[in-house]
Amino acid sequence: MGRINSLEELKNLRIRLKENIFKTDRKRVRVCCGTACSAQGSKKIVQTFEEESAQKGMDIEVLMTGCQGLCQKGPVMKVEPYGYFYQKVTYEKVREIISKTFSREAPVRSLLYRESVLDDPIKKMDDLPFYKKQVRIVLRNNGFIDPCNVNHYIAVGGYAAMEKVLSTMTPDQVLEEVKRSNLRGRGGAGFPAGRKWEHCKKSTGKIKFVIANGDEGDPGAFMDRSIMEGDPHSLIEGMLICAYTLNAEYGFIYVRHEYPLAVKNLRIAIKQAEELGLLGEDILRTGMNFYLDIREGAGAFVCGESTALVASIEGNRGFPRPRPPRLSEVGGGLWGYPSNLNNIETYACLPPIIENGAEWFRSIGTENSPGTKVFALTGKVVNTGLIEVPMGITLKEIIYDIGGGIRNNRKFKAVQTGGPSGGCLSEEHLDLPVDYDSLINVGSMMGSGGLVVMDEDNCMVDIAKFFLSFTQRESCGKCPPCRIGTYQMLEILEKITSGNGEEGDIEQLEKIGNLVKSGSLCGLGQTAPNPVLSTIKYFRDEYEEHIKDKYCKAKVCKGLGVYRIDGSECFSCSLCKKACAFDAVNETKDAFYIDRDYCTKCKACYLACPIGAVKIGSRVIPWVIPEQCEGCSDCVHACPVHGLKMYETENEGIFIPWLSDPDLCVSCGKCSAVCSSSGVVLTTHVQEAKQRFLTKRPKGLVIEDEKKKSGYIESGSKNNATESDSVVLIDSDK
Amino acid sequence: MNIDQINVEEQIGPVGKVLKESYGNRSVLIHCLQMIQAEEGYLIGDSLSKLSKKLGVPLSEIYSVASFYKQFNFKPRGKKVVRVCLGTACYVRGSEKVLSILEEEFGIKDGETTEDLHVTLETVGCVGCCGLAPVATINDVVVGELVLKKVGKLIKSIKEE
Repeated sequence: MGRINSLEELKNLRIRLKENIFKTDRKRVRVCCGTACSAQGSKKIVQTFEEESAQKGMDIEVLMTGCQGLCQKGPVMKVEPYGYFYQKVTYEKVREIISKTFSREAPVRSLLYRESVLDDPIKKMDDLPFYKKQVRIVLRNNGFIDPCNVNHYIAVGGYAAMEKVLSTMTPDQVLEEVKRSNLRGRGGAGFPAGRKWEHCKKSTGKIKFVIANGDEGDPGAFMDRSIMEGDPHSLIEGMLICAYTLNAEYGFIYVRHEYPLAVKNLRIAIKQAEELGLLGEDILRTGMNFYLDIREGAGAFVCGESTALVASIEGNRGFPRPRPPRLSEVGGGLWGYPSNLNNIETYACLPPIIENGAEWFRSIGTENSPGTKVFALTGKVVNTGLIEVPMGITLKEIIYDIGGGIRNNRKFKAVQTGGPSGGCLSEEHLDLPVDYDSLINVGSMMGSGGLVVMDEDNCMVDIAKFFLSFTQRESCGKCPPCRIGTYQMLEILEKITSGNGEEGDIEQLEKIGNLVKSGSLCGLGQTAPNPVLSTIKYFRDEYEEHIKDKYCKAKVCKGLGVYRIDGSECFSCSLCKKACAFDAVNETKDAFYIDRDYCTKCKACYLACPIGAVKIGSRVIPWVIPEQCEGCSDCVHACPVHGLKMYETENEGIFIPWLSDPDLCVSCGKCSAVCSSSGVVLTTHVQEAKQRFLTKRPKGLVIEDEKKKSGYIESGSKNNATESDSVVLIDSDK
Repeated sequence: MNIDQINVEEQIGPVGKVLKESYGNRSVLIHCLQMIQAEEGYLIGDSLSKLSKKLGVPLSEIYSVASFYKQFNFKPRGKKVVRVCLGTACYVRGSEKVLSILEEEFGIKDGETTEDLHVTLETVGCVGCCGLAPVATINDVVVGELVLKKVGKLIKSIKEE
């Protein structure tokens, strides 16, 4: 393909391509070749399609598109012209698709999407609940075009915005339009792009840089990656528009090295654009120059921060530095030249804004956060994947309507927005409209757009620890509040989750967290305590439970709770005994039990049990109510560790059960379960109960021992008391 | 790797025209390190000193940069690099368990290599396949939905030559 030499030629080329590519009556499959679908074998599907169709002599166009969004059901594909949407496709099914759909125009029912087994299958992509509420602006071409073919992009109206800018608008007009659209930075903080551009435009100097931030390091986020992989030309066009506005000649795209496919597709896109004369010297013979290059990161989360990113492009350690000078000022940017840095998604928003006007953009979303936002919806939802929704949509709509609710019918607990810089929101925020300001108001942030949904099996303290350990690891170490503060906070969290939490730990966490927030140099440190502070704010009871009751109700944290084996469920397979490295699981004649003295709470037995008979409970201890006790001594017989004994009270002849040694209690609850008169109940106030058992013990005799002594009960009989037990007891009584 | 063959100017790109030579050379340092590592598996001292001469960047600074970024290694790595994703989505679906199983199986911790240089075990922030969580990669090939049954298969495929 030759170089395009004028705007007129570009327009003609587009008209020509529109007619020839994407004819609506053509037989065609659009196979998703995003990273997730590729991992499940979509490349093989493409290959099989090509072979099979050639064999059958059918003319089927096979398109390898970028991410289509519904990663959970991958590999996915659209079959045209019928419009069927197939999910979980395997290469073995290709022949069936060709014979059924392409020969007889009938859908392959087993590949259609179903809400549940009982529901009717849904044939068309737009009818899927996952896609219904989405508004695709940034992802308009994702899943539609082949990212490695510039003709596809031009055919769907690509580079039209650039054409408009170059032919009819001055740089000032473009800036005005962007400012009016109130496009806010999609990288997280939400700074208006127009104002950023204005700063940079005002700076003096001939050389300016336009930089795209593709260092998407947030765990659980892959929005920018999908754009770079699936629609790289829209990013290039956005950068061109920015370069035209700022009169910048050079541009860089900074990409994470973990994204090899993004780098590859971007390189291809840049090369194609250069060949067509859309990039490089004298673009479309209009006199504009713009040279675009890729710089790969090398695995440092902090390089997503603007000043650190610039340092990394320069070839230095990715240390952030204090601002001012800002990047947009002389002396602040790349090699000291004024630079404009925006997120990938921000640039990809620009072509539609220019084409359709600022008013159109403002009509979508909310007043202060116009437009749409791409989210990576992950975690415990039914349908995970990439979604684009208008701002102002509620979390409930995202999680339940688009995401399809929580997996396995569990209960929703929290949603984490904004990655390691954001916060965890609880059920009360489900009706919160998602936009920059409302999220910041509740202590979280938009971030780059990760939405991780958590259910009741996730422990919030553990999640906070997870995020903090990430930021602590990624802290560059330049400024002490971040380096030392995050470390100290992590230590406290480790302490809490391993069962050694103390009173005052929560307050200490809050105190250090606020210090780190206010004292750190860059965005990483300033936001690092957010996950901890927001979980303390909304899930304080969980922290308190960890510290006071030594119990983790999600049963995630090791070293917390009391382990016991439920005798009614246990079928004596002895896997727990084998799994225990500390010989804490013991076997009696008819049951297994866990010896608390040896148990390290490592969870090995819990994980080993095939039927879930090993229970982790909160620490409970019996509480004897003498007034209610009938003295039947059922509880004494039920106690597997022989902790309960019958003692005579001050009223002669009246015996009540009492824990001779409170430390023996394994919190199994059997004493209370067998009690028919509510004389023994369970309490979580362990310390008080222990004190009571030790200090208020009835003065009288231990009836069981007395009986044994007198030969009334023979040893080894019904009450299972062993020889050694009674010896210990007698000793203690002396 | 032959350091002399690296075409520095081509690596710098068009921006080299407006930059001081030292700035330009410095800006491709990370890329050069990546190339060396891609070819040799890890950063060998010899190559680094050659690179230092070629780019005019002091060796100490090369070490300073290389040690900052997680991607670079100074020790040889295993034939199979297994990365377990500990991104949020994978974490909430239990990737830590997968990691601990692998650690136990090969007797190495995160970041270590087995003595026979067969396996290197690493963790990664996010592979971007959150839909398939929990995820691991073997030499950049993604293995998804690692339920416990599949971990056994994964171990087998790692052990294969």
